[in-house]
Amino acid sequence: MRNKYDKPHDRVKEPLIHLVRRVDIPASKAWTIRIVCVLLGMLVCALFIMSITSLNPVSVYASMFSGAFGTGRRIWQTLKDMAILLCIGIGLAPAFKLRFWNVGAEGQVLIGGLVSAAWMITMGNKIPNVLLLLLMALSAMLASAVWGLIPAYFKSKYRTNETLFTLMMNYVALMLVEFFVDVWDKKQSHSVGIINGDTQAGWMPSLFGQQFAPAVLIVAALTIGMYFYLKNSKQGFEITVAGESENTARYAGISVPKVIMRTMAISAAICGLAGFLEVSCVSHTISSLTAGGRGFTAIIVAWLGKFNPFAMTLITGILSFLSRGANQIASDFNFNTYASSILTGIILFFILASEFFINYELVFRSRRGKEKAE
Amino acid sequence: MKKLLTTALSVLTALSLTACSSSTPASTDTDNTDSEAAATNGKIGVILVGDENEGYTAAHMEGIKKAAENLGISSDDIMWKYMIEENQACADAAEDLVDQGATLVVSNSYGHQTYMQQVAANYPDVTFISMTGDTAAGSGLKNFKNAFNQTYQSRYVSGVVGGMKLAELLENGEVSPEATPDAYTADGDIKIGYVGAFPYAEVVSGFTAFYLGVKSIVPNVHMIVEYTSSWANQVAEGTTAEKLIADGCVIISQHADTTGAPSAIQAANESGKPVYSIGYNVSMLEVAPKAALTSASNDWSVYYTYAFQQWLDGKAMDIVTDWSEGYETGAVNVTALGDSCAAGTDAKVAEVEAAIKNGTLNVFDTTTFTVGGEAMTEETGCDLDFDGTADIFPVKDGVFYESNTKDGFRSAPYFGFIIDGIESNYNG
Repeated sequence: MRNKYDKPHDRVKEPLIHLVRRVDIPASKAWTIRIVCVLLGMLVCALFIMSITSLNPVSVYASMFSGAFGTGRRIWQTLKDMAILLCIGIGLAPAFKLRFWNVGAEGQVLIGGLVSAAWMITMGNKIPNVLLLLLMALSAMLASAVWGLIPAYFKSKYRTNETLFTLMMNYVALMLVEFFVDVWDKKQSHSVGIINGDTQAGWMPSLFGQQFAPAVLIVAALTIGMYFYLKNSKQGFEITVAGESENTARYAGISVPKVIMRTMAISAAICGLAGFLEVSCVSHTISSLTAGGRGFTAIIVAWLGKFNPFAMTLITGILSFLSRGANQIASDFNFNTYASSILTGIILFFILASEFFINYELVFRSRRGKEKAE
Repeated sequence: MKKLLTTALSVLTALSLTACSSSTPASTDTDNTDSEAAATNGKIGVILVGDENEGYTAAHMEGIKKAAENLGISSDDIMWKYMIEENQACADAAEDLVDQGATLVVSNSYGHQTYMQQVAANYPDVTFISMTGDTAAGSGLKNFKNAFNQTYQSRYVSGVVGGMKLAELLENGEVSPEATPDAYTADGDIKIGYVGAFPYAEVVSGFTAFYLGVKSIVPNVHMIVEYTSSWANQVAEGTTAEKLIADGCVIISQHADTTGAPSAIQAANESGKPVYSIGYNVSMLEVAPKAALTSASNDWSVYYTYAFQQWLDGKAMDIVTDWSEGYETGAVNVTALGDSCAAGTDAKVAEVEAAIKNGTLNVFDTTTFTVGGEAMTEETGCDLDFDGTADIFPVKDGVFYESNTKDGFRSAPYFGFIIDGIESNYNG
């Protein structure tokens, strides 16, 4: 007697669509998928715009483009947005490659910014500006490195969960900033305002008449440096091995705790540098908005760019373009900013989806049948 | 199947490509209209800390739109920047507005000020107004202005409304040492409460005026001020109000932007507690139909009409450096009275408003309050830059004149004293 488990295999109902993991996909095909996905995303956005407003989607896209690149100043502002976000992403890349989930960039940026601001407020005009800037940058990186080493130490020593630990450190950093804002703001308006507006002590000097040029150049150098550090250095190799498999690393004689501590110190120090750049070169102030959620956005950057600094540059470019563009739509068409954010959300969603289609292939039932027959 | 999908994809791609390629001529179109308008009178740029969903910003947007309507300024000549944070984003926005042809730039939040001042220094031909700011006079810049309504006046009137309600509750016995023992201090004063953002002069000035308003009706009141450490935080304002309710406060007002406090007070009121709310900026009747009495409010269109008129006349540079007006020109008011208000409140409000208008009633009459047990004198000074020495002496003829721009003082409030009878609990 046959029971239901004895059914021959060919009778099992095959699903219409089957996911198959792609092993090797040529770069050209991967990029085609990415571009198609972004275009599809733009199409869905266009439908969204037309369905809720009577606006012409073409003029909306034109407005987005003009918001990001319309004037020389807007181009520099977009570049500045890119530079800070990319700097944080570059900081996250080695940690993530090690599979150390550093979601504490937000706090590490704040600590770097806080230390920089402290130098500006207490030592502004008391020491030469070059020395002040140097002290600001170094102490910001050092303080953030220590901030990042705390969870790294507990991870390597006691195997604590670094995701939760680094996340919680963000709130501690945020409260520290709030506390010092109150200490430094005697008016109790909860706003430090521009620091040293009259003397510009601790301000990064502008290059070629561009305020943001130094930040852009520093981050560009950092991007190239990180690419070679991860790809060609011994430490980069250790990160790759320890990230892929802890056991393999141990077998190869790599001290995993040491790699964790070192990588996290580097990661956090770069995030601290981003905080320094934001305070010294961009906003010249410190507040709870100094990191502005970019510590989290940078996680998306690092992941989408697959920890490749150059791919990450492209991603930050897209993100900065989208956010500048969204603000411009809001301004040009009296479009609610939340609605503008929906547009960037849709496009991001499609970019994420493209990664899915790069990693997996959709196989339809009939095709599988044919393959079997062959 | 695969073929179908490919065709569909390529059609979609082609569609989106056309959408992209045709975007270039469209952008030149917008540029043309921009330059046409700029050639005539320039434009007005507005930098807002929030958008229409946030009460404080909504009041400014309404004021600007009303002023533009009064003066026949086309909506195409006003450029808006929403949700601009109080950091470099404000400088970015201001410079961008100037690039787009703005000859007058307005920002609505205090924290925008330092960025506005920085940009103003770089663009001497453009006029910048930092609403609620306090550094224009000291900046030495001809093109940088501050303005602030005499909001303490409407705070005082809202306090009178609260005082009337308190008197009614005392009279009908709903509040009495037996019925509500929590509502009394050890000295027998009746507790009222205030949800403040920060112990900043603007807030202190406002709650002192409110307290004096209540006190003008019910002399034995004690006010507890608790802070949220945020200008707008729905949850914190709710829990702070709940704390004040638990402390026994009967009338609770606020200097914070959300409906958090009125909602909490409405809930307590529905559960049978005699507690009522005085709001800020907008009427709270929608969220607290039974508990809300009124809200102290501003009509920003009075200032914007003045400033925009100057701009239209080509005299934007001559806008006064510090502007501050109140009831006499309708720049401040209280919102419609709620059903729970005591009988005769509207007549009393009209009487007090008239007295403020004709100058017979001064909110900060130094005979009505003391600081540290002593009355203020003409020697009482305000240390505006916190260097330990007084910079201005605003007391004259027994009155502390707040936002006294007529005598050359700044428009932003400077009454930063905690007077006797007010308990300010700030712990950062």
